[in-house]
Amino acid sequence: MAKKLSGIRIKSNIELFLLTAPALIVVIVYYYLPMFGIVIAFKDYKPMMGILGSPWNGFKNFEFFFRSSQAWLSVRNTLLYNTVFIVLTAVVAVTFAIMLYELKSKLAVKFYQTIFFFPYFLSWVVVAIMLYTFLNEEFGILNRLLTIIGFDRARWYTEPGYWPFILTFMALWKRVGYSMIIYYAGLMGIDPQLYESATIDGANKWQCTFKITLPMLASVIVILMILSIGHIFYADFGLFYQLPLQSGMLFSTTDVINYFTYRALIEVQDYGMAAAVGFFQSIMGFVMILAANWTARKISQGEHGLF
Amino acid sequence: MVESRRSYITSRIVFHTVLAFFALLCVIPIISVVSISFSSGTSLHLEGFTLLPKNVDLTAYRYIFKKPYQLINAYIISIEVTVLGTVIGVSLMALLAYPLSRRDFRLGGIITFIVFFTMLFRGGLVPTYILVTRILRLRNTIWAQILPLLVTGWHVFLLRTYFKTVPFELIEASKIEGASEFRIFIKVIAPLTKPGIATVSLLLCLGYWNSWFPALLYIDDSTKVPLQFWMMRVMDNINFLLSLDTISVDFGLEDIPTESARMAMAVLAAGPMLFIFPFFQKYFARGIRIGAIKG
Repeated sequence: MAKKLSGIRIKSNIELFLLTAPALIVVIVYYYLPMFGIVIAFKDYKPMMGILGSPWNGFKNFEFFFRSSQAWLSVRNTLLYNTVFIVLTAVVAVTFAIMLYELKSKLAVKFYQTIFFFPYFLSWVVVAIMLYTFLNEEFGILNRLLTIIGFDRARWYTEPGYWPFILTFMALWKRVGYSMIIYYAGLMGIDPQLYESATIDGANKWQCTFKITLPMLASVIVILMILSIGHIFYADFGLFYQLPLQSGMLFSTTDVINYFTYRALIEVQDYGMAAAVGFFQSIMGFVMILAANWTARKISQGEHGLF
Repeated sequence: MVESRRSYITSRIVFHTVLAFFALLCVIPIISVVSISFSSGTSLHLEGFTLLPKNVDLTAYRYIFKKPYQLINAYIISIEVTVLGTVIGVSLMALLAYPLSRRDFRLGGIITFIVFFTMLFRGGLVPTYILVTRILRLRNTIWAQILPLLVTGWHVFLLRTYFKTVPFELIEASKIEGASEFRIFIKVIAPLTKPGIATVSLLLCLGYWNSWFPALLYIDDSTKVPLQFWMMRVMDNINFLLSLDTISVDFGLEDIPTESARMAMAVLAAGPMLFIFPFFQKYFARGIRIGAIKG
């Protein structure tokens, strides 16, 4: 009997492995092969010679980092924006999720969830067009409102100072609905009895929120946080490429690492420089996610973390 | 008791106000785009962009559909990419996620790690670009647009979380009846986890429909560009459409609805996603559940 059972077990393990095979091939080709490609950062890559045939050139590709202030500017912008996005998205999405949870009305939940998810349905290309209806200098809705209340028209697409606010607002606008749905699903998993017994013990609403709801949500918050910290060196390219309508005058506040790499690769065709930035991104991203996970585990004494 | 009743009502009012305000912010831009797409060029020049059109004018749409070949072609490419990508992607990822949800799968640990590691470390833009263009030679194909979203760690783990909710006894029972693992997945797991599979399909479908970055990198044949990218090109150059045909003969110059034509294109690009909204209501609104990778 025991022998037969293990026979079944081996058979089912082989079958299970075969099921994973097609997707695994895609993963290995599309994700793992490029990982070895990061050596291009240390090569003088010539498309004709291939990756292996191109000569090594040490740290030469990294030299521009010390020559070009634009590279550092894009790194700074990426980190600042992502930090603000991570914190604000979490705060706003968790707040909204808790509000929805407290409303305890099926209809309201459905209504708000649906509407908040609208922006997520739209591509950055469409969002850029939408934003343009508000920011267009001549006909834009915002400038018309400004003139009505007696202010001068603002030159949105040429003045970089406005863009940190515009980009932050738009990033939140698009992402809050998605995160909120994840947090709300987390809240649905909380046992209602916890609240009942807390209320019997004399806890008020605020105490319930801070002592039960938030701690129960902590693991979801931590997982999403760690994932986004792992991506802190990667900007949401669409946000920065589409919304400012690629206006060079705004670069001081809208340029980000991904945009820099894209220009290096596609416009300048400097593979070495683009690969060097990419190498920096990959390594820093890896370090960040390990550090974030380690910190989360440390603080929560092993209770929360992604892995 | 009266006190708590009052605070209950106050909190409801506050919550509804805050949520309704954000809801308005989500809806107003969409209304404005739709309404501008129905405005005439002249009324835009006189009154600027408004939230509601004074009178409905179809010039912009008529204008776009005058020479619709490029638009229709871009639509077809987008539909191909979306349908193929979603169907193949969800199938591959579900078949990968199911074994990973099984505690008795010996290779589960290592394969989970292989997939998870792609979320930690990436090759980056340049190696991926060389892979797609030089090694796989997918430039100017729809596959270059499909590959980036086909199998992603995040979606695999979403699916795995759903599959884990199926009691192991059900799988065990089918196994004793002699069903193959593939059959168990199709007959037992998939029907029970429909909301999860639907949720990931919806996310993938959205991702593909809205994607333009792969096209920006890999497509330079104008007959292979997807809708979002085509639109982007048109936006880039206000005069793109004007250069296409003998427009100045048919329209007085000031009537050329460039602004409203842009908006009309945005409406046409975002519109088809309304068809998946019912699915959203049915499955997605129940929520996306996530868990730690181990466990």
